[in-house]
Amino acid sequence: MKKQLTIAVTGLNNIDSPGPGIPVIRALRDSEEFEVRVIGLSYETLEPGIYMHEMVDHVYQIPFPKSGTEVIYGRMAYINSLENIDFLFPNFDAELYNFIKLADRMEKELGIKTCLPTMNQFESRHKVNLEEFGEKYGLTVPKSKMIFSPAEIPSLAADFTYPMVVKGQFYDAHIAYNKAQVEAHFNKIAAKWGLPIVIQQFVYGTEVNIVALGDGNGNTVGMVPMRKQYITDKGKAWAGVSIDDQGLLDEAEKLIKESKWKGGMELEYIKTSEDKYYLLEINPRFPAWVYLAVGCGQNLPEAAVKIGLGKKVKQYTEYEVGKMFIRYSWDMIVDMKEFEEISTTGELGPRKKKAS
Amino acid sequence: MIALKKNIAVSESGFVFNPTTGDSFSLNPVGTEILRLMKDGKGERDIKNTIRAWYDIDEETLEKDYYDFLKMLGQFKLLDA
Repeated sequence: MKKQLTIAVTGLNNIDSPGPGIPVIRALRDSEEFEVRVIGLSYETLEPGIYMHEMVDHVYQIPFPKSGTEVIYGRMAYINSLENIDFLFPNFDAELYNFIKLADRMEKELGIKTCLPTMNQFESRHKVNLEEFGEKYGLTVPKSKMIFSPAEIPSLAADFTYPMVVKGQFYDAHIAYNKAQVEAHFNKIAAKWGLPIVIQQFVYGTEVNIVALGDGNGNTVGMVPMRKQYITDKGKAWAGVSIDDQGLLDEAEKLIKESKWKGGMELEYIKTSEDKYYLLEINPRFPAWVYLAVGCGQNLPEAAVKIGLGKKVKQYTEYEVGKMFIRYSWDMIVDMKEFEEISTTGELGPRKKKAS
Repeated sequence: MIALKKNIAVSESGFVFNPTTGDSFSLNPVGTEILRLMKDGKGERDIKNTIRAWYDIDEETLEKDYYDFLKMLGQFKLLDA
């Protein structure tokens, strides 16, 4: 008989730039070792995952990350009093700071376990620190610089050549071919995601990504590399294929070994025509395409839960090459009553429980 | 001898998949046959003889088209370095 677990998952925004929540839930529901009751944690009332009842058993809204750790802890404690959560699976970069900070306390006081990178790992892989991270672990990273004001843009010409990439600290990246474009992207990204803005030297080549899971002791539990086949106007993969790229696997394994990374991650690389790998970004959580790994034979979200629960995890050594994922959109028909319920009570679910 | 990379998959329908890069290609029947012969380890002379036996083509045209095709395979990183 499978073990019953209650797992809380964020990232239910299954939109054109999807959060990883629903793919993570699919992976957990595919588990051969446990049966899950899924508690969805949402920020907005129109996150599609809220209404996907075959995926999520009950949904609770949680405060935005800027509300601070105490407010978030209070809400998690309340939800836990109703649901008795075994494991929390955060899926957004922006919320990780709070959840990493709260991880020990949640485990001790609420019994909620996690599988997250340490605060040091989380901060050191940040876009603004990536060059230093690369130097420390012997990884090739494109030259980058943080800027805080448009006044700094003219001086970039001394260190960078066009095109260059203009990036937000959490999300968004645009290629700029001249000073005017850098200024335009700076203003647009700064207005949306705040400062600083990261300027990165553009590297010509093919973008290749890898999803991986580290156990925190330097071991790679599993990893699957993917090449995007179709990219949306937001730069997100709409279709991709698993590839057999030993160089990329070696890069990821080295990074996890050296940094002793704990938890899921997505590494974004550019592979040049000379087969050199430039690390562009480390996302400190599973990507929205993580279900491809499950399709290739590696249920990495399931393994992450096992690590968090302190169970023995078998290392995946193989995956199927040439498996594709193709996204699609689907219009759900939702009763206004459901929208009303989540909007007014901050909860939605057929199996409500009373507070104890 | 010019050889196809070992891990390149070629289907009977002429669909080619490079598992290292994720690139895929569609070949016409002549291209499919050439790749099949290359995968079987046939050399240039055998491949050209087979094509000449099947198609009404003069040597000069075959020579030119064959090398154009090989160049294309190289550009798409399908050949062993």
